[in-house]
Amino acid sequence: MDKTKLRQQALFIRTSLFDQGFLDEQFIQLEELQDDVNPNFVEEIVTLFYSDSVRLIYNIERGLMSNPPNFTKLDDFMHQFKGSCSSIGAKKVKTECSRFSEYCAAENFEGCFMTFQQINVEYTTLKKKLQTYFQVSITFNVIFW
Amino acid sequence: MDNGCFSSPRRDFPAGLRVLVVDDDPTWLKILEKMLKKCNYEVTTCCLARHALNLLRERKDGYDIVISDVNMPDMDGFKLLEHVGLEMDLPVIMMSVDGETSRVMKGVQHGACDYLLKPIRMKELRNIWQHVFRKRIHEAKEFESFESFESIHLMRNGSELSDEGNLFAVEDVTSTKKRKDADNKHDDKECMDPSSAKKARVVWSVDLHQKFVKAVNQIGFDKVGPKKILDLMNVPWLTRENVASHLQKYRLYLIRIQKENDRRSSSSGMKHSDFPSKDLGSFGFQNPVNKQQNDVSTDSYNYSDGSLHLPTVENKNYEGDKGSVSQFTIAKKGRPLTGNVTDSNMRESSRVGLNQPFAQSEGNHAVFDCSLPTQYSWTEVPNMQLKEEHKSLVHLEDSFNQMPLHGKQHHIQVDQSQSVASISSAPSITEEEVPACIEAKPLFSDFKNDRSSSVNSIGNAVDTFPIQPGSLAMNAQSLEPISTTNSGLKAHGYNNLSCISDVEIYQRNLLLGGEAASAPLDEDLHFQWLQGECYNMNFGLQNIGMSEYYDPGLIAEAPSHLYDSADYSVIDQGLFIA
Repeated sequence: MDKTKLRQQALFIRTSLFDQGFLDEQFIQLEELQDDVNPNFVEEIVTLFYSDSVRLIYNIERGLMSNPPNFTKLDDFMHQFKGSCSSIGAKKVKTECSRFSEYCAAENFEGCFMTFQQINVEYTTLKKKLQTYFQVSITFNVIFW
Repeated sequence: MDNGCFSSPRRDFPAGLRVLVVDDDPTWLKILEKMLKKCNYEVTTCCLARHALNLLRERKDGYDIVISDVNMPDMDGFKLLEHVGLEMDLPVIMMSVDGETSRVMKGVQHGACDYLLKPIRMKELRNIWQHVFRKRIHEAKEFESFESFESIHLMRNGSELSDEGNLFAVEDVTSTKKRKDADNKHDDKECMDPSSAKKARVVWSVDLHQKFVKAVNQIGFDKVGPKKILDLMNVPWLTRENVASHLQKYRLYLIRIQKENDRRSSSSGMKHSDFPSKDLGSFGFQNPVNKQQNDVSTDSYNYSDGSLHLPTVENKNYEGDKGSVSQFTIAKKGRPLTGNVTDSNMRESSRVGLNQPFAQSEGNHAVFDCSLPTQYSWTEVPNMQLKEEHKSLVHLEDSFNQMPLHGKQHHIQVDQSQSVASISSAPSITEEEVPACIEAKPLFSDFKNDRSSSVNSIGNAVDTFPIQPGSLAMNAQSLEPISTTNSGLKAHGYNNLSCISDVEIYQRNLLLGGEAASAPLDEDLHFQWLQGECYNMNFGLQNIGMSEYYDPGLIAEAPSHLYDSADYSVIDQGLFIA
């Protein structure tokens, strides 16, 4: 019963992540890469992404703080960040990244700034959800082989 | 397909294909590594373009194909592409999250044999061997056809011009012509063994190239031809075919330089006006004595004769090469010769005429030739004027040299031995940008802790897990005790989540200055626990986001999806079973 419930929860979280547009097909690719050699591959990748993307976000932040703002640079940084987001299939974050790039192209600082806030929201939301998901999955895997 | 004749070096081809992956994004690097390994390829990963080039040079025949990202902080992917094409003549696949036609076109122009869009699917990687195979076939035929070309040439009235004309043509046309000729000429000898195909690939060291250029200059650029050059060069093992293909590349390069020069001279206000062409300058061929250049190159390579060219692409904080490289757009088909060329050097080069050597990469060779250890030059130390003295500075972005992130460029010197670190640990830090390589020591102490913890936490995720039941059991409904338990775990900078607002975070970041945008490590953890949300899973992540964007809405959402109290207790029990 416990086992089933856990499993159900894990599946539920996963499904909702896709249904609600948080994740895209890339995440499935990661899951397919997971095997005996790398049994926690997906989680490792997500962890790696979240820890590495901090610096990318930081770069963007710094870029936004510079005066006058350098939109080319900002766009470059965002490009990097977006590329990284694509690695885990962070769909919503990527969408916001694209919006940010559009504002950069239009040299609309306000737009950039607002979008960046939104990016952070999506980024964090996804992080929490994934953490929960892994929590449950690993619980299930560890406890109930 | 004459498979029977043209055999691959390895019997189980494409398995064991030796792939070099270059990407500054460690996440992608890891994913690609895994994907390629699943394809049974032999994978080497690299997060620095410079490092990749060194690897390629060290093991001249060590790789079959290179996959590289387009946007990298230390060097533009297109530049790397050119280098690889020029020096090693390996097929290069470009990758990018940007699929704009212009970019893809640029990739093709620079000689990429394919352009993949991120996110990359595994099925796309499965077929990359075709590029290797195709190249081998092509080289085999090229080898043959060059010989036949030469024989035709001998029969003519010494009109090497026609020969040149052929060579000078766009590669495709030439190749087609060659192939046609080849097909006509040697029906009998379609069997090429791979070793001869491989022989066609000559690595043009700086010495060799100097000889080449000298010969070209001596003959007179207009009258030059492969045979004449070969005779003058007096390099016994070099074949006419080698010279011919090199000449072709050289011509293309020069044309490109010329065009670039024209383009640049008409534009103004360029940032990199103080940068000479790294390629041209690098060999200091501006004075025939082959002195090192006085200018700073755009690329972060170290160049000839031990003189160090430091890139100062921009007097800004951010990564150097990219800015300047992006200016460089023109590329010929096939193997473009070199990458960055900047303003002043362009002019210089055009002044001096066409007798410029190319391939800054060969400058790198010079580095090796001069027995200098592998060097990285700091990408964006601005205003590093290249002096004539042989100052071999080794610049490695060593993250341990804590760099102030206040936008000041400064000169970073690192212990050389450290610089030649393992592949995965070569950091590339732009002044403002935080280092790319996850394996590299992180930039800031906090960051470092987090990083190392993060790495640890990955491994320990499961280990630490069993501890959690205890905490959960204790703290089924309460929040506080969990935090203390967690402090025993590998917890990271979690701040007092409840009281930190967005503004504060930003301010704190400003105050922290050089620190990563993270809350400082704070052992005193105060978690805001979503009801029932088990949050002990440490991803070793900086928790900026957490603190800033703690949203009650999210909390409300979670339990309804995840757990109600009943479920929570289920988990509770479940954990206890462990």
